[in-house]
Amino acid sequence: MRRFNWLYIPAGLTYLFLYLPIVVLVIMSFNAADTPYRWDGFDTAWYGRLFADRAVREGLINTLVVATGATALSAVLGTLLAVGLARHTRSKLLDAIAVAPAVLPDIVLAIGLLAFYTAVQFTLGLHSILLAHAVFGTAFVAAVVRTRLAHVDGSLEEASRDLGATAPQTFVRITLPSLAPGIVAGALLAFSLSIDEFVIAFFTAGPQDPTLPIVIYSMVRFGVTPEINALATLLLAVSFTFVIAAQRLSRLTESF
Amino acid sequence: MSSTLAPRRAARTDPGPHGRRAPRRERLVGRLATLGPGIGYLTVFMLVPLALVLSYTLFHRGRFGGVVHEASTENFTRVADGLYLGVIWTSVKLAGLTTLLALLLGYPTAYLIARLPRSWRTVALVLVVLPFWTNFLIRTYAWIILLNSEGVLNRALTGVGVIDRPLELLYTPGAVVGGLLYAYLPLMVLPLYSAIERLDPQLREASANLGARPARTFWSVTLPLTLPGVLTGCVFVFVPSLGNFVIPELLGGGRTVMVGNLIRDQFLKARDWPFGSTLALTVIALLVLLLMVQAWAARRLAGGNRA
Amino acid sequence: MLPFRPARRTAVPAALAAGLVLALTACGGADDAGAAGADTLDPNADLSKQKITVSNWDGYMPEDLPAKFKAAKGPAVTVTKHATNEEIMAKLTAGADSGIDVAFVSGQFAQALAEQGLVEPIHADLVPNLKNLYPEAGQLAYDKGNKFSVPYTWGTTGLCYRTDLTGYTPDSWQDLLSPKPQLAKKVTMMATERWLMLPAQKALGFSANTTDADQLAEVKQKLLEAKKTLLAYDDTTFGDRLKSGEAALVEAWDGWCPTDDPKIKFVVPKEGSDLWVDTMVILKTSKNKEAAHAFINYILDPDNHSWAAENILYKVPNAAAMAKVDAKLLGTHPQLKTAPAELLKGEVPVDLGEAATAYTRIATEVSAG
Repeated sequence: MRRFNWLYIPAGLTYLFLYLPIVVLVIMSFNAADTPYRWDGFDTAWYGRLFADRAVREGLINTLVVATGATALSAVLGTLLAVGLARHTRSKLLDAIAVAPAVLPDIVLAIGLLAFYTAVQFTLGLHSILLAHAVFGTAFVAAVVRTRLAHVDGSLEEASRDLGATAPQTFVRITLPSLAPGIVAGALLAFSLSIDEFVIAFFTAGPQDPTLPIVIYSMVRFGVTPEINALATLLLAVSFTFVIAAQRLSRLTESF
Repeated sequence: MSSTLAPRRAARTDPGPHGRRAPRRERLVGRLATLGPGIGYLTVFMLVPLALVLSYTLFHRGRFGGVVHEASTENFTRVADGLYLGVIWTSVKLAGLTTLLALLLGYPTAYLIARLPRSWRTVALVLVVLPFWTNFLIRTYAWIILLNSEGVLNRALTGVGVIDRPLELLYTPGAVVGGLLYAYLPLMVLPLYSAIERLDPQLREASANLGARPARTFWSVTLPLTLPGVLTGCVFVFVPSLGNFVIPELLGGGRTVMVGNLIRDQFLKARDWPFGSTLALTVIALLVLLLMVQAWAARRLAGGNRA
Repeated sequence: MLPFRPARRTAVPAALAAGLVLALTACGGADDAGAAGADTLDPNADLSKQKITVSNWDGYMPEDLPAKFKAAKGPAVTVTKHATNEEIMAKLTAGADSGIDVAFVSGQFAQALAEQGLVEPIHADLVPNLKNLYPEAGQLAYDKGNKFSVPYTWGTTGLCYRTDLTGYTPDSWQDLLSPKPQLAKKVTMMATERWLMLPAQKALGFSANTTDADQLAEVKQKLLEAKKTLLAYDDTTFGDRLKSGEAALVEAWDGWCPTDDPKIKFVVPKEGSDLWVDTMVILKTSKNKEAAHAFINYILDPDNHSWAAENILYKVPNAAAMAKVDAKLLGTHPQLKTAPAELLKGEVPVDLGEAATAYTRIATEVSAG
């Protein structure tokens, strides 16, 4: 008989620890009671309440607007930056600047941007969150694209140049397509980080249009509970679907 | 074009940044076109804001929360005050404890995952990351439901008769550490996994063949080789834990204050931006120190392995 | 600063979310800001040509009020929202024209604005509805006679408790600060400075506005002691905690104590309490002061002002408006019935000037201690 592997204990604890709260949330989302401390039977009413909640809906829309805009901006800036850092400079300083947003504690960037927006009298709103999210988005896209660049064969670009293509032509026709998977991966990362980002949004949002995490924060703080469980379950379902889709997709591409 | 032939051949063998010699002007344009927008953007939206925060540390708060531009070192003497140093120390302790626990749970988990059959590995990894993709605040909220004196855990325990009075679980420093651990544990597992997965199994076998017992193999082969991953994981967990203000607020019930709460309050409540900036600068200084130690340790490890 | 509460029947105060956010500084460009002294205002000005911007807490007045005001009186109203007194104060004291005509702030902050010469004296002749106010509303320490501010809501702070869980009738701040053994870890206090300090200040027999260093040191000591038996500091969910039984006794604003639950009662401790007031002020920089006065007058209309009592459950200092409040609501929320004379026994918070930093510091030390 195989000896018992004691590693299963901490590993099992890890998974228990990670999933216990989530299981509770999912179960509670179907609780008829209006408090999480009592079970009144199975009910889907909280989902109805959730869909009818204007603040949640608007928060979701705001979040998607911010994430989409910030991702688009980050994808462009980050890709160029990655190419520039890999091919056009050896500056350690520029390298450091490009990674900084990913290492900086979010609260530091948040207060910095708040101070900056205030100093230049910039009205806060969705655009101010979008611009803030593009800061770390750019850093993450650049990081992902750079790892991709390391695996891209430079000879194609050279061939293109030798055949008389200009630098921009080479960039658009050769470099970009070969970087596409990296750009997509980086953009997805930037998008998912933006969707979940709370601290920077909290500091740089205007009073009129909160993103979903800000809405959730106030729901949690004000203790109105079961709707959050329903929201959590839905978010979980969405990310689960995404994961499975991504798995399928990567398996599909691997088979080529 | 022929003049560029020779360097190009060199570029094939060493595709470094300057391997290929384009005309000077063209290189400048290329540099500007690729680096310009990104660096420009980060300058405006990161460096300038940080510089602003840095400059605020020298000023003080006006009566109604403005920034009075009279230079003084008042903020720094205030930070050095026992009260604020105490809060910073508490934060370092809580974040450090979180990191340690994450390592103790994360290492065996990552180790097991890395030794699973390939198809299971992905599943196990995804399961670690999946909770990360529900909203951070909701995950924190889940712990309130669990730990509350009227909550699931206490109900279950009193129901079974293990305890007769609800345990005081929520609104304690322990709850804060638990919440931080829950929030950032995946950030420990992932770098550890990639470090362990990269290990050559032959090294372990060799060690075993030479008569080393598993524990000895672990301490003298596996662990040293995966230390860079350990360091990365620790930084990934420690840094966000240190600056977090939401978890102490929600799970600490306002009874545990971390430096993130202080900074948030100075900016949003007391509106003492200069002092808040000084606290933020202290945190940055701490983290820079930490990163330097990490880089130094990583370098030493790399050197040690080569020898 | 008074964390406002959203409309009573709104399930989720998510709109608050917005309010929890910091706002920008000034929006409008400033030309020459108003000179000192009261402007002469034209009672016959054509209001339909004027427009004003009002800054208020989220959910603190009816959403359709601006539209109704425009239809009835003419001026267009833009509403901006602030989350805290501190936030709106920063905006109003930034130096430039904030573009705001009417602001809702708590009494002591209105006083501070007046001391800075930033607010316009109230022209009583343009606000005939002032007659609806209780006479007591003119005796508030931060602005006797309502010279530069008009009170919007008022109330007090006390103990809110579960009769079945306490087992006795609490009547003292001591019940909160050093609770009976069975109530240890079953009590919550508020986190916001003035209300964090209030129970200890009153229990020790000090003023709620004390700036005496020795007294403040005693207050701090008392609060640090109290922390040991405290479940949590809580400004927002103490009502839910009582309902779930997680807490048995909490410090609460009168309007926030969920006495519609028959097991929950509210009491003002015998040592006394505060009388907080949220007010409306008109900024000196306003270019449409006639419309601003008309707006305040419109709010004081009993039909409009009673909304706050019925939906926020805060008392309004408006006799005519209180007379309109639904009798059933007064039954479930007896705190709404507190007589103005009774209320006036509470101490009105006033501006502390530079001493405010001492309060902030104590609050930090207590929560970090």
